[in-house]
Amino acid sequence: MSYVVGLKCRECGRLYPKEVLNVCEYCFGSIEVDYDYDAIQRTLSRAAFASRPKSLWRYRELLPIEGEPTVGLSSGFTPFFRAERLADTLGVRELYIKDDSVSHPTLSFKDRVVSVALTRAKELGFDTVACASTGNLANAVSSHAARAGLKCYVFIPADLEIGKVVASLIYRPTVVAVEGTYDDVNRLCAELSARYPWAFVNVNIRPYYAEGSKTYGFEIAEQLGWCAPAHIVIPAASGSLITKIAKAFKELRRIGLLAESPTKLYAAQAAGCGPIAAAIHERSDIVKPVKPNTIAKSLAIGNPADGYYATKAVLESGGWAEAVSDDELVEGMQLLAETEGIFTETAGGVTLAAAKKLIKQGVIPRDESIVLCITGNGLKTQEPLVNRLGQAVRIKPTIASFESTLAGQLAGASTKR
Amino acid sequence: MPVTVRIPTPLQRLTNGQDEVTCDGKTVAELLGDLEQRYPGIKERICDPQGKLRRFVNVFVNEEDIRFLQGDQTGVKDGDEVSIIPAIAGGSGVAK
Repeated sequence: MSYVVGLKCRECGRLYPKEVLNVCEYCFGSIEVDYDYDAIQRTLSRAAFASRPKSLWRYRELLPIEGEPTVGLSSGFTPFFRAERLADTLGVRELYIKDDSVSHPTLSFKDRVVSVALTRAKELGFDTVACASTGNLANAVSSHAARAGLKCYVFIPADLEIGKVVASLIYRPTVVAVEGTYDDVNRLCAELSARYPWAFVNVNIRPYYAEGSKTYGFEIAEQLGWCAPAHIVIPAASGSLITKIAKAFKELRRIGLLAESPTKLYAAQAAGCGPIAAAIHERSDIVKPVKPNTIAKSLAIGNPADGYYATKAVLESGGWAEAVSDDELVEGMQLLAETEGIFTETAGGVTLAAAKKLIKQGVIPRDESIVLCITGNGLKTQEPLVNRLGQAVRIKPTIASFESTLAGQLAGASTKR
Repeated sequence: MPVTVRIPTPLQRLTNGQDEVTCDGKTVAELLGDLEQRYPGIKERICDPQGKLRRFVNVFVNEEDIRFLQGDQTGVKDGDEVSIIPAIAGGSGVAK
């Protein structure tokens, strides 16, 4: 049973059948999936969720598939928890973390979009899937395609972190390392998608793919007790996650599962690639493309596909944006690890560092609920940390060596329990 | 001076199904004018009534976004390749 009515242009409102289409054929506007919300409202209640499996598919009425889900059955429903020690450090009262750094199976929120995209790609009859990726998406497409038995091509910038390259290669897709930036990869894939009959998940089946990000928002609301936070800080690459979290809360309100309580959205970017943050700071709807220069490679999109909509969503919510330096984002990674025991990737460091700045500036108030979106895992992006964390203490396997090497640290420590 | 222009799927109806056409001009703006001469109706899909490129259309000359060059005044020469690509992460329209 599907509640999808069809596809609809966000700009001119033209309607299309639920096929393979990513831009309005008339005005090139963005294509959105349109649902029968009245019918969904009649079916869904908060109580209905209690008996459902803890995966992203518990929200399947609000996802763009026709039949039963076939991909990513164990993905989603990641941890959400109150971050007391980090809250103390930042000087705020109520802070939460939505932690997709432990997403099953590829340790980033991209498992969500790919579960939806590949389920839909199979329904549409594709036997080959592909993507343009800064790394995490390539990992997710490669993994889920392997399990689904689909042929797979992933396109990445040639200078990606080795952890992200290996974490695709292991599934034996064809990994194509393109000499250029992500924006070059994306343009190439846009052109290739017209030549090859493949499902490029974030290009020609993007309207279905992008809907998967809503589940990150649905879960936050459900895990917060069917309540939306006052503030949410979201990392921005293409800007799609921002627009889909906004859509998730809006849909839950539309079908009566969430009270009218506005959430302010904040975009977090790296200073070396902050076109969305720059547009927000200028209160402009023109997102000027940039040439990325940051260690936060998963956010290094200089020409963000959903930049216009993300900027609009943030400004309409009354939120704001912040861009942080590479040093600040590494400090953010360390702070999250030291206070909450979570090793996030560079993008998570950007989110935390941006939140810290926004709180310090008084833009995010200290006494209201705040959610930080942690979307990826630090084991994939170790390069920027290698020379910044100090070294392991090396000793001989003797008590004497231990005590002499750590003499300073052990001074005054008891040897009895 | 023939320049190759790659046409996105949604506009191929206007180019008799061709995904690549040849045009003349010294700049991107001139090229779009020539494109309109050859395939009437195509320019209004790419440009707004003021003649500016629409928000959701990106143009590349030899793989470089013209917003990093001189916009629609970017020069083109014999043998150059121009791509017109919808901005929403893609260019394919109906791919299958």
